[in-house]
Amino acid sequence: MIDPSAPDFWSGLFQVLLVGTGQTLYMVGVSLLITILVGLPLGIVLVGTEAGGLFESPFGSRRLGRVVNRVLEFIVNLGRSVPFIILMVALIPFTRLVVGTFIGPTAAIVPLAVVAIPFFARMVEIAIKEVDTGLIEAAESLGATRWQIVSKVLVPEALSPMILGLSTTVTSIINFSAMVGTVAGGGLGDVAVRYGYQRYSTIHMVAVIIVIFVIVMVLQGLATLLARRFAHKSRPARAEKILPALRESVITGA
Amino acid sequence: MISVQHVSKTFRSGGTVTAALQDVSLEVAEGEIYGVIGQSGAGKSTLIRAVNLLERPDTGTVTVDGDELTALTPADLRRARRKIGMVFQHFNLLQGRTVRGNVELGLEIIGVDGDARRRRALEILDLVGLADKAGAYPAELSGGQKQRVGIARALAGSPKVLLSDEATSALDPETTRSILDLVKKINTDLGLTVLLITHEMDVVKRICDSAALIEGGRIVEQGRIVSLISTAGSRLAHELFPLGAVPSLPGDTVIDITFSGGSADRPVIAQLARTYGLDVSILGAAIETIGGNQAGRTRLALPGSPAGNAAPIRDLRSQGMLVEIVGE
Ligand SMILES: Nc1ncnc2c1ncn2[C@@H]1O[C@H](COP(=O)(O)OP(=O)(O)OP(=O)(O)O)[C@@H](O)[C@H]1O
Ligand SMILES: [Mg+2]
Repeated sequence: MIDPSAPDFWSGLFQVLLVGTGQTLYMVGVSLLITILVGLPLGIVLVGTEAGGLFESPFGSRRLGRVVNRVLEFIVNLGRSVPFIILMVALIPFTRLVVGTFIGPTAAIVPLAVVAIPFFARMVEIAIKEVDTGLIEAAESLGATRWQIVSKVLVPEALSPMILGLSTTVTSIINFSAMVGTVAGGGLGDVAVRYGYQRYSTIHMVAVIIVIFVIVMVLQGLATLLARRFAHKSRPARAEKILPALRESVITGA
Repeated sequence: MISVQHVSKTFRSGGTVTAALQDVSLEVAEGEIYGVIGQSGAGKSTLIRAVNLLERPDTGTVTVDGDELTALTPADLRRARRKIGMVFQHFNLLQGRTVRGNVELGLEIIGVDGDARRRRALEILDLVGLADKAGAYPAELSGGQKQRVGIARALAGSPKVLLSDEATSALDPETTRSILDLVKKINTDLGLTVLLITHEMDVVKRICDSAALIEGGRIVEQGRIVSLISTAGSRLAHELFPLGAVPSLPGDTVIDITFSGGSADRPVIAQLARTYGLDVSILGAAIETIGGNQAGRTRLALPGSPAGNAAPIRDLRSQGMLVEIVGE
């Protein structure tokens, strides 16, 4: 039990929160970066290797395209259906292999990225599917390569819904980062458990909730702002149309 | 400039099989505007998309400016496509790019560097009359302006051929005219060969030198318009000069006279009345300016049976007019 009337209580709380917040931002930031780096191409390949897609037959082989699509589809579905707590534990040997330990904020990045990548890849897939195929044809008629179509047409045109998808992803990474913290140690989740739960400090608990809430709000506000900026008020309708689809996929895990 | 030879294309989706193109051949000469007209589902889009191989034909060859596209490797095909600009019914502009950015797209793809790209884009925007909109986003433009951007984008890479898939179908009549005039101007000023498809005869009338009629995936009639109008029984000519249903006039002979070029301004009716003492009634007339020439069709009723009017009809034919007996 912590005594809130102790002279160093508030400075101690502040110190603990500062460290916890720093660790959370570190875990979330790095895993988000990895998520974008892997999830974006993964989402693009997922759409592209579908029948009639841009990478329907990579290296001239339709069969390869189909196989790639099936395998990735399976991995993404697997990643999205296994409960995080199980995934996290199951990944311990892998985390050890990559980071050297499974304890601490750095180790927590591994399961966070693993859970977020398929999640974000789906969002990318949904966003890219919304891009009018007429735009792809227009680029093809100008002699564009597949890579040029991806970089000049698909990604820029899907940017706004992708940013919204990213913001949903961040929120769930923050959510999972708290869970990871209780097992691997570190971050605001760890603070909440160690002080709020184990040592009955309601003030710590409330403080953690407030900090996480503020982080989520700031990030979502930022994402909405960016998404609107890239939608060029052209199709605010489009971003809004796709948002329910994203939400639904988040809820159903589809 | 464009040669499509024996092209066929069949779509299979689910259980249905659609023969969208069946042994289609057409030749578009350098510098002409060639219109393909047909009803919805006739295969027009499939045909024009086959010309730049957005849709690869099952059989047949497509040659554009000497390159047999159907025989090229993917990389060579991409290079060949730079000579073929295309505009679309729904414009297909990138929403996230400004007007200038859209026009620069093709130049970026070719690898033109930043400064030259900007200059070229502004030059082309000036040509299509949109220089003041360079910084606007497509969402801020009217349909006609969007299509001008589409045309500018297609022209930026200096193609030799322009393909137009119903470029004016989403536009109102006045905007349609201004876009058609722009296409005509590009054709004249830049010497661009244009292949366009449409379901509106007005488009053909206004700017085309040649036309083809496509029905159920087959070309049923094609040729230069000036020769089509003097071809007996030409459906395109009948569409160009609609005279409506033939009235039933017992005791009279109803004839359609098609005249073009020199015969257009001759006093035909007065001559018939004077030479043969005929009481000619005019039932209908359609006059158009096609390729800068007056051409038209007049429907007349001559008293008496066709046999009785053999002499005046022979006389008209000898003057180079197309005379068809359509009713009696
Ligand atoms: N990708 C496709 N898959 C299956 N069928 C297709 C496909 N594209 C076209 N078709 C079919 O081929 C036929 C010709 O289509 P096409 O689009 O060329 O017609 P169109 O003359 O351009 O018609 P519209 O004036 O309505 O645009 C139609 O019956 C259409 O349903
Ligand atoms: Mg069409």
